[in-house]
Amino acid sequence: MLENIKILYHQGKQYIPNLRTVEAPGVFRGRPVISKESVDNEALKECCPTQAIAVNPIQIDLGKCTFCGECAIAFPHKIKFTKDYKIATNSLDGLLVKEGEDKPITLNADLIRAEIQHYFKGSLKLRQVSAGGDGSCELELGACSNVNFDMGRYGIDFVASPRHADGIVITGPITENMAKPLQTAYEAIPEPKIVILCGVDAISGGIFVDSPAINRNILKTLKIDLYVPGNPIHPLTFINGVLDLIGRK
Amino acid sequence: MSAIVIKNNQQIPVTSIPVLDYQDFLIFNTFLLKSEENHCVNYFGIVDNKNVKLFCCIANDANQTILVSSSIINLEKTYPSFSEQHLAFEKFEREIHENFGINYTNHPWLKPVRYSFNRQQPKNTIANYPFFKIKSEELHEVGVGPIHAGIIEPGHFRFLCNGEQILHLEIQLGYQHRGIENLFLQKKKLIERNTLAENIAGDSVIGHTTAFANLWESLSNNVVSEEIMVSRTIALELERIAVHTGDLSGICTDIAFQLGSAVFGRLRTPIINFFQEWCGNRLGKSLIRVGSNHFPLTNELKTKLIVLLDKFEPDFDEMCKNTFHTPTVLGRLEKTGIISNPLGKEIGLVGMAARMTDINRDIRSSHPYGYYPLLAHQPILKGHGDVQSRGQIRREEVKQSIHYIRKLLANVPLQQEEEKIQQKLTPNSFVLSLVEGWRGEICHCAITDAKGELIHYKIKDPSFHNWLAVAMSVRNNEISDFPICNKSFNLSYCGHDL
Ligand code: SF4
Repeated sequence: MLENIKILYHQGKQYIPNLRTVEAPGVFRGRPVISKESVDNEALKECCPTQAIAVNPIQIDLGKCTFCGECAIAFPHKIKFTKDYKIATNSLDGLLVKEGEDKPITLNADLIRAEIQHYFKGSLKLRQVSAGGDGSCELELGACSNVNFDMGRYGIDFVASPRHADGIVITGPITENMAKPLQTAYEAIPEPKIVILCGVDAISGGIFVDSPAINRNILKTLKIDLYVPGNPIHPLTFINGVLDLIGRK
Repeated sequence: MSAIVIKNNQQIPVTSIPVLDYQDFLIFNTFLLKSEENHCVNYFGIVDNKNVKLFCCIANDANQTILVSSSIINLEKTYPSFSEQHLAFEKFEREIHENFGINYTNHPWLKPVRYSFNRQQPKNTIANYPFFKIKSEELHEVGVGPIHAGIIEPGHFRFLCNGEQILHLEIQLGYQHRGIENLFLQKKKLIERNTLAENIAGDSVIGHTTAFANLWESLSNNVVSEEIMVSRTIALELERIAVHTGDLSGICTDIAFQLGSAVFGRLRTPIINFFQEWCGNRLGKSLIRVGSNHFPLTNELKTKLIVLLDKFEPDFDEMCKNTFHTPTVLGRLEKTGIISNPLGKEIGLVGMAARMTDINRDIRSSHPYGYYPLLAHQPILKGHGDVQSRGQIRREEVKQSIHYIRKLLANVPLQQEEEKIQQKLTPNSFVLSLVEGWRGEICHCAITDAKGELIHYKIKDPSFHNWLAVAMSVRNNEISDFPICNKSFNLSYCGHDL
C-alpha cells in the first residue's frame, strides 16, 4: 500500500490542466500558413505525396494533407506550419487553407444541428471503428482518455457497444472488407447520432485514395459532423474539435 | 547451385537467383528448415508471363546470410506443398494460393488469408469465411469481432469452448486490407512510396520505413551517412521503448491492475512526445526519408533525450518491480497462454514472440544492418513462453534499448552536407531488407524490370508469422484470459492485411 502511494507520488502531476490553451511541444505541425511569395507552382505541387496542394490560388486541403512537412522544407518561405492544433472543422470547405490567409480554423455554427448541443453537451459516448486505419489514429484516440489528456473530465468517453453510443468515430480509408461491418455498427447507434471522420485516411482516403481495395460509398450516405485532420490526429486536435462541436467552453 | 547466398540489403541481379525445378525447390528449402539456424523470412510469387515465379528466401541466422532460390509454376498443374514438410510455410502458401490460384495437393487447408482485392476467387468474400467447426452437444461457439470492444483494429476471433475453457481458436483477418503492396507499384514518386511505407502499420512506423529506406537506398545505389544510420538506430530503439511500455500498460489494463495501467501508460507519453519534438509527429511519421534526414539530432535534442531517459528509467524500474512482485499480477500472468519452444519453432515464430520461448531470433544480431554491427547486440531470451515471459522480455528490452540509446547519443556524428539522391533504380535487380522492429522481423523485398521500374514489392510484417501463436496459446485456457494472451503478443492487423 505504502509502496503504491510512493509510486503515485513519484509520477507527479501528469494531467494537462487546460486542454484549450496548452502549447504543443517541439516542432508540431498544425495549421499551415501560406505566404504570397511566388514559387514554382508545379514543383510545389509535385513535392506533396497526397495531392493536397492546389494552385491558383495556392491552397492546402487539410483533409488530404498528411502533415509530412515536405512542402515547408522545400519552400520554407512559402509554407510554414504553425503549432496551432485547433484544425478540426465541420465542413470540407473549412479544411482549405489559402495563401495569404492566417486565421484560425473554426466550426461553422450554422451546420451544427441543434440537437447535438442539446443532448451531448454534458455527456458524449462514442464508438470508434477502424476501417483500414493503420493503428496510429487509433493509438492517439486511445491517448485522449489517458492520464495526460483525460478527456473523460468533459464526460466524453469511448464505449464498447454502438448501442450505448451517441456517435461514431471512423478512422482509416474504409476498406472494401470493412465496408459492411462499418455500416452495421453505424446503424446500431441510436438516433440522434454524430459522425466524426478522424485522420487523413478517413477524410479523403489519404495515400490510399486510388486503391482498388477501398470502398468509400458509405460516406455518400452519411452527414459528417466533424472532420479531424492529421496523420495521425493529435489528441488535442480531436478533443478541441469535439468540445467545439458539442458547445463546451 | 540451388540458391544464391546474399546479405541483408544486398542488391543482386534477378538473373543470379537460381531457377529450380519445383521438386528440387521443395526439397532444398524444406530441408534447410530442418536446421534450427534457418528460418523462412519470405516466400512469394510474381506473375511470369502465363506462369507464376516463386521466390523463397531462407535466412541463416548463424552466418548472417540469406539463401534465395526460385521456381516457375505452371498454373494448370498441381504441386505438393511445402507446408506438409514444415508448418512455417503454411501461411505463405495460403497467400500464394489466394493470389495466384496455385493448386497444392496436400496443404492442410488453403483458407483465405486476407481477401485481397486481386484474389483469384472474387466470389469468396470476407463474410463467408470457412471456419473450422466441431459438431458437439457440449461445445459452444463464441464469435468476437470484426469490431472489438476497445479502440483497436478489426479482426474476427471464433472460439470453440468447452464451458469456460477454450478448445480451439481461429483468427480471421483481412478486414484492414488496403492493397498497399500494389500501391507501391501504382505510385511512382519516391515521396509517395515513402509515405506508403509509413502507413503500413502505425505502431511500427520507424520499423517499416527503415526497412523501406534501407532497401531503396540499396536498389538506387545511394550510400547514407553515418549520421543517418545512427539516427535511425536511435529511432528504432525509441519506438521499441514506447510500444513495449504501452504494452505493459495494456497487459495491466487487461488484468485490472490499475496502477500499472496508468503509470506505464503515462510513461509512454514522454517518449512519443520526444518524437514530436524531434520530427513533429508523435509516432515518428516524416522522420525516415530515403537518403536524407530532415530532422538532425541537434545538441539540444540530445540533451533533452538524455534528461528524459534519466527521468524515465527510475520510474519505469519502480513500476516494473512493483508489477512483477504483486502476487495477484503474477497469478494472472504465470503459466497463462503458453507457447512451448518446439511449437514456436514449428510455427516459425519471429521477434519478441520467439525470444520469449527461448528461440534466439533477432535480426539486430543475426543479420545486423545500419549501426547494429557496432552495438554487438545480444538478444534477451526467456524460457517459459507464457504471458509472464512476454511481459518480462519487454521490461528487459526497454532497459537494453535505453542503454543503446545512451551509447549512441554519446557519438552522433555531425550532419553532413546532403548529397543529391540518386532516383534511378538499378534495372533487373532484387533486394531484400530485414529490420528488427519492436515486434520482430520486418521484411521488404523489391524487384525491378529491364527499365529500372519496380515490378514487385513484397512486405512481410512479423505478425504474418505470429498470429497462429495467439490462436495456439489460448488452447485450454479460460476464455477470460484471452485478452491478456492477445495483448501480450500485440500483433498487427494492418501489418498482416496490408
Ligand atoms: S505537409 Fe501536407 S501539403 Fe505539404 S507536402 Fe506534406 S502532405 Fe502535402
